[in-house]
Amino acid sequence: MSAVEELASQAPAVQAVPKRAMTLSSGTAFVVVLLLLIVPLFAKNFVIFQLTQLLYYGLAVLALNILTGGSGQFSLGQSAFYAIGAYTSAILMEQYDVNYALTLPIAGIICFAAGFLFGQPALRLSGVYLALATFALATAMPQLLKLGFFEKWTGGVQGQVVTKPDAPFGLPMSQDMWLYYFTLAVTIAIYIFSVNLLRSRSGRAFMAIRDNEIAASAMGINVSLYKTLAFGVSAGITGVAGGLGAIAVQFVAPDSFTITLAIQLFLGMVVGGVGWLPGSFIGAAFIIFVPNIAESISKGLSGAVFGVLLFLVIFLVPHGARQVAMVGQQLLERARKR
Amino acid sequence: MELFTNQVLAGIATGAIYACMALAVVMIYQAIDHLNFAQGEMAMFSTFVSWQLLQWGLPYWAAFLLTLAFSFAGGIAIERILFKPLAKAPILTQVAGFIALFSIINSCAGLIWDFTIKQYPTPFGSAPFLGSQLISTHQAGMIGITVLLLIGLYVFFQYTRVGLAMRAAASVPESARLVGINTSWMIALGWGMAAAIGSIAGMLIAPVVFLEPNMMGGVLIYGFAAAVLGGLTSPFGAVVGGFLVGIFENLAGTYIPGVGNELKLPIALALIITVLVVKPAGLFGRHIVKRV
Repeated sequence: MSAVEELASQAPAVQAVPKRAMTLSSGTAFVVVLLLLIVPLFAKNFVIFQLTQLLYYGLAVLALNILTGGSGQFSLGQSAFYAIGAYTSAILMEQYDVNYALTLPIAGIICFAAGFLFGQPALRLSGVYLALATFALATAMPQLLKLGFFEKWTGGVQGQVVTKPDAPFGLPMSQDMWLYYFTLAVTIAIYIFSVNLLRSRSGRAFMAIRDNEIAASAMGINVSLYKTLAFGVSAGITGVAGGLGAIAVQFVAPDSFTITLAIQLFLGMVVGGVGWLPGSFIGAAFIIFVPNIAESISKGLSGAVFGVLLFLVIFLVPHGARQVAMVGQQLLERARKR
Repeated sequence: MELFTNQVLAGIATGAIYACMALAVVMIYQAIDHLNFAQGEMAMFSTFVSWQLLQWGLPYWAAFLLTLAFSFAGGIAIERILFKPLAKAPILTQVAGFIALFSIINSCAGLIWDFTIKQYPTPFGSAPFLGSQLISTHQAGMIGITVLLLIGLYVFFQYTRVGLAMRAAASVPESARLVGINTSWMIALGWGMAAAIGSIAGMLIAPVVFLEPNMMGGVLIYGFAAAVLGGLTSPFGAVVGGFLVGIFENLAGTYIPGVGNELKLPIALALIITVLVVKPAGLFGRHIVKRV
């Protein structure tokens, strides 16, 4: 209830993560990519589909991570941008016969614009107020997609079916496997882009704003520009993830993009570690697989089992997978010194 | 004109529900500085407990008081067991904890009392209130209880030692600890009170929206919106916000063409955001000055 808040002595809402701690070292990254390339060759189609799912959900979590872990803004509205991306891809592919690969950059650009515009009014809000504003966007989106006015394009409540692309150049691959490699390529490209973005001038500006907005503006950083830019970039990547999701699931409908999706993406970010980009994919694995595990433990109580598992994770590692990785790294170094 | 008055009255009636919930939201926000996403589920669970007590043949007010005590103790227990260990964790992790709690309570209530919709009795009757077709005696009673609760809270926070200590613990924890206030228990007390107020809201809402594990979903969203609109630092603002949101929602549904039941919520939220962009601390919230 105090009217004056000590800003300097207070812990910031989002922990400051130094930019070097945000990524993987090149050796680890090489191993991970190699694994991602080889594993599908020995897996069943359903597993490959799940891996694809992991990659595009991971991208969506990564996008939120750039926004929250990078610039310190919080969003519960990611599902809205995801929906815009998914619908853009679906409509372009099915109604305008655009090649699926070309729909992704278009989805990204449209979502970037949407996010940038949404970032403008959101500039005046922070913390819970921003959460509420983005939350409003997420609840409004399925209803907007159902509107009769857009039905010509969106297919209304029924949604729209998307055809799965075949492997090009007559490659001897199943559709699922091709889609996996395609998603992997897009994911790696966006991941490298994000890492470089956070290392660039803009990335440093994001982090300065995250750590102390007043100090950042005193150093000449255009706070409103970079805040909206962060929103735009995050929305753009989410849009690409949405497009990939639409192609992989082969179906878009308003009710797949409710607030539940936004909450899942948020949980993914927390479990993976806020501000640690590789953690996004670990978080994505959590939100894809743990509900299934919970379901298999107890059908009637799957929600409770999920909640308990989530509690276990945040009790054991409050900083998410990032904490595990850091402890592992320290142990390795100690072992090496001996 | 008559349509307008009627819609405003109907809005006030639904607004009372939101006001109740918003009050609980603000209470816990005062105590712990976060919005508790599981608040609605806690209220739902308490309402189910009171329903069970009624089924066992207890009179309404006895069940009411027992439920209050149960919720108060339950709120404190949840804080002590689950959230005290997380006090030092990052804020976003705590929010994830709320979501986990939400999931656990919802699932357990579904298992214990299953997902069928249940009737819930009202102590006030459901005859038209003072001859008006739009406000029933139950809704009038609900508004009355909300106002009483608000006055009670005001007195508690302004004129009792514990209320003062809670305020101190919430606003400047370090200084509060220095003058000998047990801030950790103040937080637990805040959880307990919020849970108790939530259970009152739940028991008042249940006759209107019917009892089932998902009954609070929509109500909590409106409650949050109302609390934010009124200003998260002001219990009075929360109640006013609740009524305003109720009226907004009804008028938008009546006068803006093409707005069915489906679009009511997005429109209400959009209006609130417009208000927030103009007044970022809410209508009655105190603007926090930041010292670098």
